[in-house]
Amino acid sequence: MVVKDLIDILKAKVILEGDLDAEIKTACGSDMMSDVLAYVKDQSVLLTGLVNPQVVRTAEMMDMLCIIFVRGKEPNADMINLAKSRDITLMSTPYRMFTACGLLYSNGLRGGCEV
Amino acid sequence: MSVIHLTYEVSGDDFTRAGEASGLVKSKLKKLGYNKDAIRRVAIAMYEAEINMVIHADGGVVDVDIYPDKVEVVLADKGPGIPDVEKAMQEGFSTAPDNVRNLGFGAGMGLPNIKKYTDEMKIDTVLGVGTTMYITVLVKQ
Ligand SMILES: Nc1ncnc2c1ncn2[C@@H]1O[C@H](COP(=O)(O)OP(=O)(O)OP(=O)(O)O)[C@@H](O)[C@H]1O
Ligand SMILES: [Mg+2]
Repeated sequence: MVVKDLIDILKAKVILEGDLDAEIKTACGSDMMSDVLAYVKDQSVLLTGLVNPQVVRTAEMMDMLCIIFVRGKEPNADMINLAKSRDITLMSTPYRMFTACGLLYSNGLRGGCEV
Repeated sequence: MSVIHLTYEVSGDDFTRAGEASGLVKSKLKKLGYNKDAIRRVAIAMYEAEINMVIHADGGVVDVDIYPDKVEVVLADKGPGIPDVEKAMQEGFSTAPDNVRNLGFGAGMGLPNIKKYTDEMKIDTVLGVGTTMYITVLVKQ
């Protein structure tokens, strides 16, 4: 899967375009940034309902490629600027967290922390 | 001998800017060609500590020393100090208020994360005086 495949699966609107052809390894969904930071695996996509600049910072520290805001939420201008200089793609999906994660999972994407 | 020394002041009253210093260190290390895994470990550990300085201690000063084989980060604040470090180190322990939780932090994962990602971690803390954290990440060439 590559970043642009997320658009159709999640009926997403692209807010900021980074590298849409970059390959996605794994994804994670959370509103707690410290939980996201707790699993350094090659996680490429972050799904979240949280909207503040620390979401972009967290993705930056983790080398993530794309942030998907669930429930139609949209980032503000500060967040877009922050993501722009780091080549991170920003999208908004109308789906809620559970459904968005489920759609990606059923399309073959995994979380990268199998037990 | 340190190859590069960096110093940052972290503002305690601007949560939106927390992580700026960590981001700058990350891009510096990238430019210097350090390996990706080491860069990520430094970035995450420093970011967690920088966030802690902002939400628990009203900001402070970060000193970074970049050597060929390791990166050392010292974060010093004049906050309230940590009453029980052992307890604070446990996963899930947090005194963060609700407003911090609404911002996506306060899971009590920061200090355990720092421990996990670094090769050395030391906390000096005095109640009412402040906290200084020393972290080291070794770099495999
Ligand atoms: N610099 C500091 N000054 C004072 N207290 C601190 C400092 N850093 C951490 N603490 C205390 O240690 C506790 C645990 O810190 P830790 O970073 O593990 O969790 P947290 O910051 O509460 O939540 P999270 O890191 O998951 O967002 C904090 O809730 C706080 O009580
Ligand atoms: Mg913390």
